[in-house]
Amino acid sequence: MLIRNAPDVRSSEVTDERQYLRRREFIRLAAVSPAASTPASGDQSPLQIAKHVVTTDEKVNTFEQITNYNNFYEFGSDKSDPARYAGQLHTSPWTVKIDGHCARPADYHVEDLIKPFELEERIYRHRCVEAWSMVIPWVGIPLASVLRRAEPTSKATFVEFTTLLRPSEMPGQRDPILNWPYTEGLRMDEAMHPLAILAVGIYGKTLLNQNGAPIRLVVPWKYGFKSTKSIVRIRFVDRMPHTAWSDQNPSWYGFYSNVNPDVSPVRWDQSRERRLPGLFATRKTLIFNGYGDQVASMYAGMDLRKNY
Amino acid sequence: MPTAWLVWAAFTDHLGANPAETLQLQTGRWALRLLLVTLAITPLRRLTGWNDAVRFRRMLGLFAFYYATLHFLIYLVLDQYFDWRAIVKDIAKRPFITMGFTALMLLVPLALTSTKGWIRRLGRRWQTLHRLIYVSAVCAVIHFIWKVKVVIGEPVLYAGILTVLLGFRVIWWLRRRTVRRVARPVRPSNLPVH
Repeated sequence: MLIRNAPDVRSSEVTDERQYLRRREFIRLAAVSPAASTPASGDQSPLQIAKHVVTTDEKVNTFEQITNYNNFYEFGSDKSDPARYAGQLHTSPWTVKIDGHCARPADYHVEDLIKPFELEERIYRHRCVEAWSMVIPWVGIPLASVLRRAEPTSKATFVEFTTLLRPSEMPGQRDPILNWPYTEGLRMDEAMHPLAILAVGIYGKTLLNQNGAPIRLVVPWKYGFKSTKSIVRIRFVDRMPHTAWSDQNPSWYGFYSNVNPDVSPVRWDQSRERRLPGLFATRKTLIFNGYGDQVASMYAGMDLRKNY
Repeated sequence: MPTAWLVWAAFTDHLGANPAETLQLQTGRWALRLLLVTLAITPLRRLTGWNDAVRFRRMLGLFAFYYATLHFLIYLVLDQYFDWRAIVKDIAKRPFITMGFTALMLLVPLALTSTKGWIRRLGRRWQTLHRLIYVSAVCAVIHFIWKVKVVIGEPVLYAGILTVLLGFRVIWWLRRRTVRRVARPVRPSNLPVH
C-alpha cells in the first residue's frame, strides 16, 4: 500500500520573518481598529503563533465550514446544533484538573496551562467516522509537553480526557444520548506522540465554542470522536479508560479507533471518504489518515482488525 | 415543493458544508413523510367522512416514490459513484441499507401499477398488491432508525406516526372479522345428520 509522505513545512506557509517581527505592532493595530478586533463571528482573540507545521498540501477548509458543521453532541445531535447553541456556554474562567498517577497533580486555569509553551499552527487532515473529512489549521501545543510537566509515574499507562458536564449550558446533555460527561482516552505512547496536540485555536484565533473551546484534544490519525472537546480533566490511569462512544455501542466504536480503510466495524464503509465540501465520496481513505509514517510503529504487531 | 427548495439552495450555496449529506437527508426525509401522508388518507376519510381526499392518494404515493428514487440515486452517484460491486456488498452487508433498498423495491411495482389501465386489469388483486405500502413504510422507518447513531427525535416520531396509522387498520380489520363471525349463520353441515 502506498502511504503518502507528509510533506515538510512549505516555505510559503511559514510566516515571513519581517511579518513575524512586526507581530506586536499587528496586535496593537488590531486592538485599536474596531474592524480588525471584531471578528466576523464569535468573540475570538488572535493568538501568537511561534511555529507553523503543515502536514498536508491539500486545500484548507474555510472558517465557515469548520465552525458550522460540527459533531458536538453536548449541544445536540444535528450538525448545525453546536453552531446554534454553543454560544451560551461560558468558557471563562476555565479550570483543567490534571491528576491520577503523576507526581505533580494540579488544577490549572487554562491560560496558565498553556502559557509556558509556544503556540504552534498545525495543519491537519481531520477524518470523521461518518466518512467525511476536512483540513483544519489548528493552533495548539503538543499534548506531551503538558503531560510531562505533570510527571506521570510508571503506573500511568493510559490517559483519560473528560469534557465539561454542564447541562444548563449544554442542552444535549439533558438527553441520555451518551453517558455524560463525555470521556475519551489514549494509550500513554499515543498521548505522548508529537502529532497529538491540545488545540486552543483555529485560523490563528481562539477556538469557537462549537469547536471545543477553550481547549480540546486533536489526534489526527484517529477518527474525530477521539479528540475530546472542552476538556476539564486529564487523568493518568493504569487501565484502558471507558470511552463515551464505545460505551454507547461497543461493536461500532473501539478504543483505538485509528483511521483504517480496511476495517469498518461501524455501519459506514470506511474505505472511502468525502472531502468537504465536495459532493462525491470517492477519496480513498488512508491508513492512519495518512500519518502512518509517523504513527504506525506504535501499533506494530497488533491485529488492527481486533483492536479497532 | 421540497425539490424546488433543494435546487434553489444548491445554486445559492445554502446546503452547508456537506451538500451531499443535506441532499441525501432531505430526499429521504421527504420520501418517508410522503409515505406517511399517503397512509393517512384512508384513516382521514373514515374519521372525517371527507371522501374526496382519496383523489390525492395516488399523487402523494408517486411523490413518495419520486423522493425515494432521488434518495437512492444520490447514494448511487454521490456516495458510491456507480461502484456496483460496492453497492451490492453494501446492500448485502449493512442492515440499514438492506432495509432502505427493500423499502424502495417494494414501491416499484406500486408505482408501475398506479395507472388507470393497471387498476382495471388487476381488479381486486390491485388492492391486495398495494398493501405492500405497509411493508415498505415499516422498512423505511426501520432504515431511518438503524441509520442514526443515537435513536432520538425524528425517527422515533415517524415510527410513532406509522404505528398509529397502521394501528387504525389493525383495529378496523379485527372489528370487521368479529362482525363477520357474529353475522355468519350456523352451518347445517356442522349439525349431526339424522
